[in-house]
Amino acid sequence: MQNHFPLWKNLLILIVFVVGIIYALPNLYGDDPSVQVSSTRAAPIAQEQANRIESALKTAGLEIKSLEIKAGHVLARFNNTDDQLKAADLLRDELGSDYTVALNLAPTTPAWLQTLGAQAMYLGLDLRGGVHFLLEVDMDAALKQAEDRYTDDIRQALRAEKIRYLLVSKDNGAIKVKLKAADDKPAFLALLNKDFHDLDLTEPEDQTEITLKISEKEQREIKKFAVAQNMTTLRNRVNELGVAEPVIQQQGENRIMVQLPGVQDTTRAKEILGTTATLEYRLVDVEHDVQQAVAGHVPVSSRLYYEKNGNPILLDRRVIVTGDQIVDASSGIDQDGRAAVFISLNGVGAAKMGKVTQANIGKPMAVVFIEYKVDTKTVNGQKIRHKEKVEKVISVATIQGAFSKRFQTTGLDSPQEARNLSLLLRAGALAAPVDIVEERTVGPSLGQDNINKGMLSFVVGFALVVLFMAVYYKIFGMIANAALAFNVIIVVAILSMLQATLTLPGIAGIILTVGMSVDANVLIFERIKEELRKGNTVQPSIFIGFDKAFATILDSHFTNLVVAVVLFAFGTGSVKGFAVTLIIGILSSMFTAITCTRMIINWTYGNRRVEKLSI
Amino acid sequence: MLKKNINFIGNRKVALIFSAVLMVISIASLAVRGLQMGIDFTGGTLIEVGYKQAADLTALRNTLDKAGFTDATVQNFGTTKDVLIRLKLHEGISSAELSGQVLSVINKNTAEPASLRRVEFVGPQVGEDLAQDGFLALLYSTIGILIYIAWRFEWKFSTGAIIATLHDVIVTMGFFSILGLEFDLTVLAAVLALIGYSLNDTIVVYDRIRENFRLLRNKSTEEIMNISINETLSRTIMTSVTVMLVLVSLFFLGGEVIHNFSIVLLFGVIFGTYSSIFIASPAALMLGISPEDLMLPVKEGATLDSRP
Repeated sequence: MQNHFPLWKNLLILIVFVVGIIYALPNLYGDDPSVQVSSTRAAPIAQEQANRIESALKTAGLEIKSLEIKAGHVLARFNNTDDQLKAADLLRDELGSDYTVALNLAPTTPAWLQTLGAQAMYLGLDLRGGVHFLLEVDMDAALKQAEDRYTDDIRQALRAEKIRYLLVSKDNGAIKVKLKAADDKPAFLALLNKDFHDLDLTEPEDQTEITLKISEKEQREIKKFAVAQNMTTLRNRVNELGVAEPVIQQQGENRIMVQLPGVQDTTRAKEILGTTATLEYRLVDVEHDVQQAVAGHVPVSSRLYYEKNGNPILLDRRVIVTGDQIVDASSGIDQDGRAAVFISLNGVGAAKMGKVTQANIGKPMAVVFIEYKVDTKTVNGQKIRHKEKVEKVISVATIQGAFSKRFQTTGLDSPQEARNLSLLLRAGALAAPVDIVEERTVGPSLGQDNINKGMLSFVVGFALVVLFMAVYYKIFGMIANAALAFNVIIVVAILSMLQATLTLPGIAGIILTVGMSVDANVLIFERIKEELRKGNTVQPSIFIGFDKAFATILDSHFTNLVVAVVLFAFGTGSVKGFAVTLIIGILSSMFTAITCTRMIINWTYGNRRVEKLSI
Repeated sequence: MLKKNINFIGNRKVALIFSAVLMVISIASLAVRGLQMGIDFTGGTLIEVGYKQAADLTALRNTLDKAGFTDATVQNFGTTKDVLIRLKLHEGISSAELSGQVLSVINKNTAEPASLRRVEFVGPQVGEDLAQDGFLALLYSTIGILIYIAWRFEWKFSTGAIIATLHDVIVTMGFFSILGLEFDLTVLAAVLALIGYSLNDTIVVYDRIRENFRLLRNKSTEEIMNISINETLSRTIMTSVTVMLVLVSLFFLGGEVIHNFSIVLLFGVIFGTYSSIFIASPAALMLGISPEDLMLPVKEGATLDSRP
């Protein structure tokens, strides 16, 4: 029997068919515009808060489709995006900074499909709206910071070991140490060997001098750490921003990709992601004259700062507490109605703050706001990275009494600034400055537009191909069409299973697959026709047609696959999405066009006497 | 189906001259006019905004001019309500802040503010990287195919296929250059997809030639090629038609973002079909392909085994 599949083959195809349908099914269910509320504190949200949210929404007259508590957060679904946006604004005001309120699209996949792990395809930002950033970590700055740290550490170690030195300074990517006497050198070398083996050392002619350089290995470590640390911080910040399903990934050696679906306020997002803001607390130097300092005579123990209104002020060189020691921060309004940041320090910071304030009651203390801004500007065709450390004294207040762990800082311009600062302090500092090197924002209306256009062109394209095949190849064409539909189901099912990102070019890829995947059937059918023309009878013609076309299909599809794989390897973003659908489409079309059509043809014509084929 | 016996190989000179002319025009245009590179490769900022009514482009241009964005190009995108604003990398202004500034400028003094539909900003370094990756993708896919066909067929076929494919790529990009259409990442993806398609077509023809080389011993190489091309002709045309059908649908209904993508592939399918018929086989022929190159290696043992 030539045109007959064994039972296992038929069963296998049918099983693939059923599985394909099940996993493609979630895509038929839409999404609900919803609001997701989660707690910024450790405790997850309980029924009590859910009730509060529900009643707040009901009082505002917003219609809730459903409200559920899931994995520690509350998900409120709405009937339309207007209600969703209103609800989000309302809840942000109502709940305050202890909760983050994020917009989300919640799938309406029924429970039985969810238990099977079936999910709808993951839509890319060009389809769902949102913002994509590519941030570049400034590695030079990370290395410089490390050099600073080493310079400080060496000074301290020299002092601790009582080795007399004239100078420890950074010198063009290296650290130069000049000792007072050549006799101290062995002791210093021993110290280096013990505590600073990450530094490569060179000894110039001068016996008292040593030049140290951070070793290659350590440099790599520093860079790796900078990226890892920045990713953690960015993740914290994004969580604070309130984004459902953010994506934060390392890309290449020094870039970090951040995708925030649904975020529209890109200015705030950029501010939050890009800035490195922190606070420092210093005592005010009241012993020296400020005007003298402005004239250029800054005392050794002090540094010159400027207040917000531009007035110069001298502060003690030693810092009491830095931003690293802040464990928690929240924003609010103080008794006098000013925007304030409420700070909690860790143990070390609190002890130091306690000691200093105790000893300096009645004296003024200053809060310094530090912000690193990185701009890349193009001047004369050359990229110039401009780094600016903005330091301004935001408040000077007299120490009324000793305090240590908890206190507040005022002097910020607006509640918004206070909110941003507290967020940044909570999320931690960036290990090295970052620079936005790519941004792609897609508005929600455009996303929906893209989906609609993609769907429409898919439906029309599919219909045209189906019609053409049916007219040209008649019954065989209809069989090919069935396989084509099956192919689309499999592509959608695999995309859903892999949760690969579907982009607009990805949809184009699926559409292109529809056009190309009938190619295998065309090859087979043309072969069968040829065999029939040669005078072969029906059954052998079908058999030989499939048999001979197979090698051709394999070769031609494989070259196509090579190109798609290369495209995948080198493509980024939406292009990758295109490559993915193309690869899946090519593979699954080989399966459907060869085995599925064969199965149906076998059922229709196999095993019986047929005089004429409708081809 | 019609009985076809068109003498493609015999008339190859006509096709080769035609292609040569196309290539010269394309390369000349690529060299002189160049490609209208999109911001994906050049770096820069692109802002798409939507209005409720038809947008007043002149007013918009004036507003931007006054605000100092003198290099901004403003044009409609798809409909009269949608506007695309392009900005080069700005000297002196931080590029990440540019889009926000532009949006606030155009919404400052209007009764009806524009809604932001899309912002794309690509830094110069990223642009360079994307261009480099694109070039590498082109290179590696070419090498990959060269190796695969050389392995499955023979190096003369492999070279012929690459010539035909490069022909399609150059001519398509040439048309892009002549029409002044924007070349961005999506278009590059389409060019690579076109390589895949064009090869697919060529391979089918080659496959038949290989088969006929082994089957029709007493015919000349030219004759066999002609027979093979004619035999596969209806398939070649059928597949082109189905692909064209979906591409036409994409072109008219897929929206502006996909527009250039579908144009590349539409051109590409036409040239890919043409080249697999008129260029790929003559190229292999001129490289001196002969049936002997593709004879199955006769193993002594194998022939003995198959004897009864």
